Amino acid sequence: MKIKSQRDFVSGLALIVTGAAFAIGATNYSFGTAIRPGPGYFPFGLGIILAILGGIVLFGSLTQNRKGGDPIGAIPWRPLGCIVGAIVFFGFFLPKLGFLISFPVMIVLTAAGGNEFTWKDALLNAFILTVISYLIFIYGLQLTIPLWPAHG
Amino acid sequence: MDFLHNLYIGFQTSLSLINLWYAFLGAMLGTLIGVLPGLGPIATIAMLLPSMYTLEPTSALIMLAGIYYGAQYGGSTTAILINVPGEASSVVTALDGYKMARKGRAGAALATAALGSFFAGTIGTMVVAAFAPPLTALAFEFGAPEYCALMFLGLVGAVVLASGSLAKALAMVVLGLLLGQINTDVITAVPRFSFGITELMDGINFVVIAMGVFSFGEIIANLGKPAEHRDVFIKKVTGLMPTKQDFKDSAPAALRGTILGCLLGVLPGAGPMLASFTSYSVEKKVAKNPGEFGQGAIQGVAGPEAANNAGAQTSFIPMLTLGIPTSAVMALMIGAMTLMGIQPGPQVMTTNPSLFWGLITSMWVGNLMLVILNLPLIGIWVKLLTVPYRFLFPAIMAFCAIGVYTLSNNTFDVYCAAAFAVLGFVFHKLGFEPAPLILGFILGPMMEENLRRALLMAHGDWSVFVTRPISATMIVVAVGLMIAITLPAISKKREEVFVEDE
Repeated sequence: MKIKSQRDFVSGLALIVTGAAFAIGATNYSFGTAIRPGPGYFPFGLGIILAILGGIVLFGSLTQNRKGGDPIGAIPWRPLGCIVGAIVFFGFFLPKLGFLISFPVMIVLTAAGGNEFTWKDALLNAFILTVISYLIFIYGLQLTIPLWPAHG
Repeated sequence: MDFLHNLYIGFQTSLSLINLWYAFLGAMLGTLIGVLPGLGPIATIAMLLPSMYTLEPTSALIMLAGIYYGAQYGGSTTAILINVPGEASSVVTALDGYKMARKGRAGAALATAALGSFFAGTIGTMVVAAFAPPLTALAFEFGAPEYCALMFLGLVGAVVLASGSLAKALAMVVLGLLLGQINTDVITAVPRFSFGITELMDGINFVVIAMGVFSFGEIIANLGKPAEHRDVFIKKVTGLMPTKQDFKDSAPAALRGTILGCLLGVLPGAGPMLASFTSYSVEKKVAKNPGEFGQGAIQGVAGPEAANNAGAQTSFIPMLTLGIPTSAVMALMIGAMTLMGIQPGPQVMTTNPSLFWGLITSMWVGNLMLVILNLPLIGIWVKLLTVPYRFLFPAIMAFCAIGVYTLSNNTFDVYCAAAFAVLGFVFHKLGFEPAPLILGFILGPMMEENLRRALLMAHGDWSVFVTRPISATMIVVAVGLMIAITLPAISKKREEVFVEDE
C-alpha cells in the first residue's frame, strides 16, 4: 500500500473525521420519526455521507496514479501566522483600544506577512488606509466603530 | 400590452433622477470593487447594508443590483488584464481574454467584453420583463416538495461548477450543508452544534465564511508563492476598439452566449458561472479552428461574457418571483429586502409593482451606464491595478476586516473569519474548490426545512417528491445531470476546459 496522492490522502482522512464528528454530534439531538423528522435527522445523514465521500477520496489517493505523488508542499507559516494573527488582533483589540490604534497595527501586522516587507512602506500604507477607512466608514457611512481606547 | 405597460411603470421608476443616481453609484462602486481582487460584491453589499436602512427600498435595491452587475463587469476587467478573475463567473473569461491581452489586444478584449455584456444585458432584461410574470404564476404551484427538489437540483448544479475531482466537489457541498446545520432548528427550536456559544445559535453569517475562505485564504495562499508567480502586469493597453473581423467573429458567439445565459441563469446554484462555462465549451465545439481557444480566441471572450451577463440578469427571476437566492449575492439582496420590511416572494409584483419593475428596468439602465463608464475608463483601471501587491493585500484585508466587524458589530464574527481564513488556506492546499461549499451552506437550511415540511405533509412518504409533476421533473433533471457528470467520458470533458490552458 503506497500513498499515490498526498493531498487526497489527507483530504480523505479529514473528511472522514469531520463527517464522523458531525454524525456523532447529531446523536445528541432527537432523530424523530420518518413522519416527523427531528433536529438530528438531517445532520446525522449528512455526516455519514461526508464520511463516505471521504472514504472514496481516500481510496482514490491509494489507487490512482498522480504526477509526482501530488505533494501538499511547504506551508507558508509567515503569511499564515501574520494574516490570521492580524485578524484575531483586530477582533480582540478593536473594542479595547479603538479603531485609531488597532486598525493601523493590524495593517502593519498584515503587511509583515509579505516577503517584500519594509517598515517605511507598511507605516505609509497603514497611515493612508486608516485615513481612507476613517473617511469612508466612519465619516461617510457613519458606522458605529469605537474610535478611542475604552475607559476603565 | 402588459409587457409594454410593465416596462413603462418600470422606466418611470428607474429613470427618476434619484434612482438614476443610485444606479450610477452602484454600477461605479461595483466596477471598482470587481476590479479589486478579493473585495467582491458580497463584501461590499455586506458593508453597505447598515447604511441602506436610511434609503428608500427601491433606491437601495437598485443600488445593490448596480453593485452586482458592476462587479461582474469589473471582475472581467481584471480577468483580462492580469489573469485575476475578480468574480467566479469571470474565471472562463481569463482563459482567452488574458491571452489576448498578452498579445497586445487587451483593448479589443475589454471592448468585446463590454459590448457583449451590454448586448446580453439588453436581451436579458427583456427576458426578465416578459417571463417573470409567467414564472410567478408557476411560483404559486410551488409547495415544500417542489422547493426541496429545486434546491436539490441547485446543489447538483453546484457540483458541476467545480473543475477538479467530483468526490471532492460533492464533499464540499455536503460540508457546506453541514456548516448550515450550525443554528437553531427551525421546527423544534433546539440549538444545534452551538457548544453553548450564543452567537452560534443564530448560525454563522455566510459573509464571514465567504470572506474568510475566499479573500483571506486566497491572500495567504498568494503570499506563499514567490512574487514573480503572482501577478503579471502589462505595460500598455493599445487599440481600444475591436476590428471588423473581431465583430464578425464575436457577434454570433455573443448571441449564443446570451441564449445560454438567459436559460441557465434561472437555475439556482448554477447561474452565471455555469452559463459562462457552458458557453465556452459550446464556442469551442462550433468554432472552425478550435485550436485557437486558449490562445486568445475572441469568441472565447464574447460568448462567456455575454452568457455571464445574461445569466446575471435572469438570476433575478427566482429571487424576485420565488424568493429563492440563486447565488450568494442574491441571498444578500433578499436579506436587504427583509431588512427593509419587504418579504421577497411572488407577492412583491402585485404589492409593490414600482419596486419590482423599477428594479428590472434599472438593470438595463445600469448596463448602459457600465458601457458608458467603462470604455473610457480602461486606462484608469490599468493604473489602479499597477498598485504593487505589497500595498494591495493589506488594503483588501483592512476593508474586509471592517466589513466583517460591522456585520453585527461583533468581534465573534471577526474570530470566525480568522478560522475560515485557515480553512480557506487548507482548501487551497488540498485542492478543494470553495464555491460549492458556499452554495451548500446557503441552500442547506432552506432545503432541510422544506424536506421536513414535505415529509410532514406526506406523512413520511418519500414518494411525494416523484408523484408531483414539477418536483418529479426537477428530480429527473438533477439525477440526469448527476449521471452525466459521473460518466467518466463526460467527466473528463468537464475538466478539459480548465486543464488544457494551464
